[in-house]
Amino acid sequence: MDNTLFKQYQQLLKKEKRFVRLYQIIILLVFFGGWELLSRLEWIDRLIFSSPTYVWQTFIEKVSDGTLTLHVGVTLMETIIGFIAGTLLGTLIATVLWWSPMLSKILDPYLVILNAMPKVALGPILIVALGPGYFSIIAMGALISIIITTIVVYTAFKGVDPNYSKVLQTFGATRWQTFKEVILPASFPTIISTLKVNVGLSWVGVIVGEFLVASKGLGYLIIYGFQVFNFNLVLMSLLIIAFFATIMYQVVELLEKVIIKNNG
Amino acid sequence: MEFLKLDHIHHSYFSSTQAKEVLRDINLDIREGEFVSFIGPSGCGKTTLLSIIAGLFPATEGKVFIDGEIIAPHNQALIGYMLQQDYLFPWKTIEDNVTIGLKIMQRDNKTHKVTANALLHEIGLPHVGSYYPRELSGGMRQRVALARTLAVNPKILLLDEPFSALDYQSKLKLEDLVVETLKAYQKTAILVTHDIGEAIAMSERVFLFSANPGMLHKVFEIPSELQQLSPFDVRQHPAYSDVFQTIWKELESLG
Repeated sequence: MDNTLFKQYQQLLKKEKRFVRLYQIIILLVFFGGWELLSRLEWIDRLIFSSPTYVWQTFIEKVSDGTLTLHVGVTLMETIIGFIAGTLLGTLIATVLWWSPMLSKILDPYLVILNAMPKVALGPILIVALGPGYFSIIAMGALISIIITTIVVYTAFKGVDPNYSKVLQTFGATRWQTFKEVILPASFPTIISTLKVNVGLSWVGVIVGEFLVASKGLGYLIIYGFQVFNFNLVLMSLLIIAFFATIMYQVVELLEKVIIKNNG
Repeated sequence: MEFLKLDHIHHSYFSSTQAKEVLRDINLDIREGEFVSFIGPSGCGKTTLLSIIAGLFPATEGKVFIDGEIIAPHNQALIGYMLQQDYLFPWKTIEDNVTIGLKIMQRDNKTHKVTANALLHEIGLPHVGSYYPRELSGGMRQRVALARTLAVNPKILLLDEPFSALDYQSKLKLEDLVVETLKAYQKTAILVTHDIGEAIAMSERVFLFSANPGMLHKVFEIPSELQQLSPFDVRQHPAYSDVFQTIWKELESLG
């Protein structure tokens, strides 16, 4: 009896899953199909909104002449380095703040100001200071996530149940040992969740950086396409960005599953 | 010959608005291998006193001697501290949890596994070394916490209500295990508890504290015929309820 009920329940779950997948695919098809249709019927301006077939043609063209791999490669490299640098530096600063409560008290208002300030506004200064090149774009991708990482991770450090630290202190643990054995591993879930946020932020930083200065990369393609009024190119770049940003996010989620497995 | 000596301990907590006196003139001696309990109403500073003995922070005034040595932060004796909950690290295996104290003290790595296995065997959980804490029940986890405490071979054990988060059955079993294990290793131990029955069942002497500020009110010697028995059997013994009544009345008189 229980067995049949269980089987029914499993089938129900499967059915629900299929239903969700079906509608997800329908939305995708309706979006691209509708876009194509509206564009062909000229209900929307083809010059501005392009159409999936034009985007596809542009894509094939750019792949076959080899330029697309270069642009995607550059942007991906900048984003990944910016993302990792932002997260590591943010965590490092959080560690320093945890280490020195006095320093964290002193720096508190400055963190608030830096966090409130839109980091992309610093773009021109970065470019002047670091030179127009990869370095300032990577710096932009990192800068945009450093402060928020610092604040979130520092809060996580402080939120660790003090009794865990007490256990180690009764064994005479040093501050460094307490950090390594308790504070950091207990904060891993928070650090991972900031990674997820930082993936998105780094893309923003890098694309804006490329808008401002680059001669390569997807951000550059968007600006270039805009300037020569080639919106096939702009929309293709957007779709590629969406694709790779999703992949990066998925990778972080996978990482989360591996690291958090025994943390709960 | 006293093993632990508290000499005129005073302690106050300071905040920006007030100073609060939590301990006033505590003097007491505990013999080597003795099991004693601290009981008293909330706010009598039991846990504060335990932290001072552990050397987690210094008393405002007064001295703590363990085995003739004065205790202060950075000069801690080897103490074992058990808290209300197990506080096993969820990201470490049971074996790594048991040996964390040894790791902190940077003792020889090779013997860790042996020590862990021997202790887990001792507490009746011989095959859980590779498990994670979340895979064990509350009672089992608290037993592992006991093993972690014993792993560093402490001179004295401080038990801060270690049974309070357990269900009654696990609590009774763990009481027996703790007393048995500590007797086997001839450890000195201090138990902080709210539970008079637990104090009588486990200890040789019971120190009753009064609150606001915490002062040592009275010391009860548990009859020797009860001291011989396991905690579970003490609770069944005819003399148990008399002792309980005596301490209960005294506790009531404190208000």
